[in-house]
Amino acid sequence: MAERPIIDVRGVWKRFGDVEVLKGIDLAIAKSEVTCIIGPSGSGKSTLLRCIAFLEEYSEGEIYIEGELLGFSLENGKRRRVSDAEVARVRRNVGFVFQQFNLWPHMTALENVAAPLKLARGIAREDAEKRARRMLEKVGLSHRAEAYPSQLSGGQQQRVGIARALAMEPHIMLFDEPTSALDPELVGEVLQVMRDLAGEGMTMAVVTHEMGFAAQVADTVVFIDHGVIAASGSPQQVFRHEENPRLRQFLQNYFERNVFWQGSDAAPAS
Amino acid sequence: MFNTEIIVKSLPMLLQASVWTVIYSLTSVAIGFCIGTLMCAAGLSASRLGRAVSAFYVSFFRGVPLLVQLLISYYCLPLIGVNVPSSVAAVGTLALCTGAYIAEILRGGFLGIPPGLIEAARMVGLSRAQILTRIEVPLAVRFTLPSLVNETTMMVKASSLISVVGVLELTRLAQNIATSTFQPLEIYLTAGAIYFVINGAITLAGEFAESRFRMEKAR
Repeated sequence: MAERPIIDVRGVWKRFGDVEVLKGIDLAIAKSEVTCIIGPSGSGKSTLLRCIAFLEEYSEGEIYIEGELLGFSLENGKRRRVSDAEVARVRRNVGFVFQQFNLWPHMTALENVAAPLKLARGIAREDAEKRARRMLEKVGLSHRAEAYPSQLSGGQQQRVGIARALAMEPHIMLFDEPTSALDPELVGEVLQVMRDLAGEGMTMAVVTHEMGFAAQVADTVVFIDHGVIAASGSPQQVFRHEENPRLRQFLQNYFERNVFWQGSDAAPAS
Repeated sequence: MFNTEIIVKSLPMLLQASVWTVIYSLTSVAIGFCIGTLMCAAGLSASRLGRAVSAFYVSFFRGVPLLVQLLISYYCLPLIGVNVPSSVAAVGTLALCTGAYIAEILRGGFLGIPPGLIEAARMVGLSRAQILTRIEVPLAVRFTLPSLVNETTMMVKASSLISVVGVLELTRLAQNIATSTFQPLEIYLTAGAIYFVINGAITLAGEFAESRFRMEKAR
């Protein structure tokens, strides 16, 4: 691609003590591209996403966000941790959606979305609330603006979480298993919001177990296993024609778990 | 025997003095809350120095009797050239003392905050100070409100100790009236009743705040 990738991960390693979670990850995400990251639990896919957000400090390698090195400065080939304020500056255009929603329980849905605008961006109260209401409307929750998180369903909480991130007008949205903590019947509403977002050209990186979403929405699917990218490509390539035995096994497990009715006459397996 | 007349006569004066008791103790708690928050944050920070300062502070002010602390500040401050009214020195000492207890109370509350809530705040660009004041402190206060109310009532009672360094408040005035009228029992009973009412009001205020916070929990 001619344009520089908006997220550029180069040779990233992450160690927790002696445990190597990421072992030399290279990943480039172009503007407006949707990348789904799949893999077995413990493979390092969430850790990778958290490194891209600098919620974890990566141990080695480089991550560039919109061309700027994230979290470190390079001086004579040595890397130094930069200040928190500098980290915040480089990732100011990165939004993050958490598996556990992480809404602040002492604020209403509206306040959850408006507070960062007031505090981090210095936007006046009225304007911040106006924008927050627009964001809640976008995720279909304008009627729940005054509710506290505990009064919302999981799916609603996650949509507020998405609205909170979107209110900051990010260029990149990172989703860390956004539907994994939801009851099955609430997954759809969150995926729909994400689908709309992808349709608007948002750059997205999504760690997910929703293979259907990945197949339909992703431009690129990345399969991570034991801390390395074991396969990547278009959904077609990854889901249909991949030869990697670990990936085949992973997809096999997934499909077996999700098929509950096989054949036209056979009774569902008991 | 029991002289009710003296109670009726001295009650207005005692009530006036109790205003000072309320002012001194609530001011101490307010200042102590700020000190406690900072010391708690320092104690939980990554900085070695911060943790050491916090640990020393808490162990000193919890380990030395408040009465001794008051006497030390009373005799010590003029020696090092700090000339402040004894009421200011006394409130400062009360604040430092309660700050140590509040730091320990809040520590439990801070540790109960899910780390994801802090990460969410970092991801939308809140600064360290904003995260502390807008997210961590409000949540820690909600988690620890009963203990904080308890500490406040303790401070109302502890403020009676500042009478020994010559600060006029409820206990001091009660002593003065008792010695001049030779009716100590009646006067101290009245003073005790006033303390009881003050703390009753504080407890009620705490319960009101708790019921407000309950709105934020599930229906």
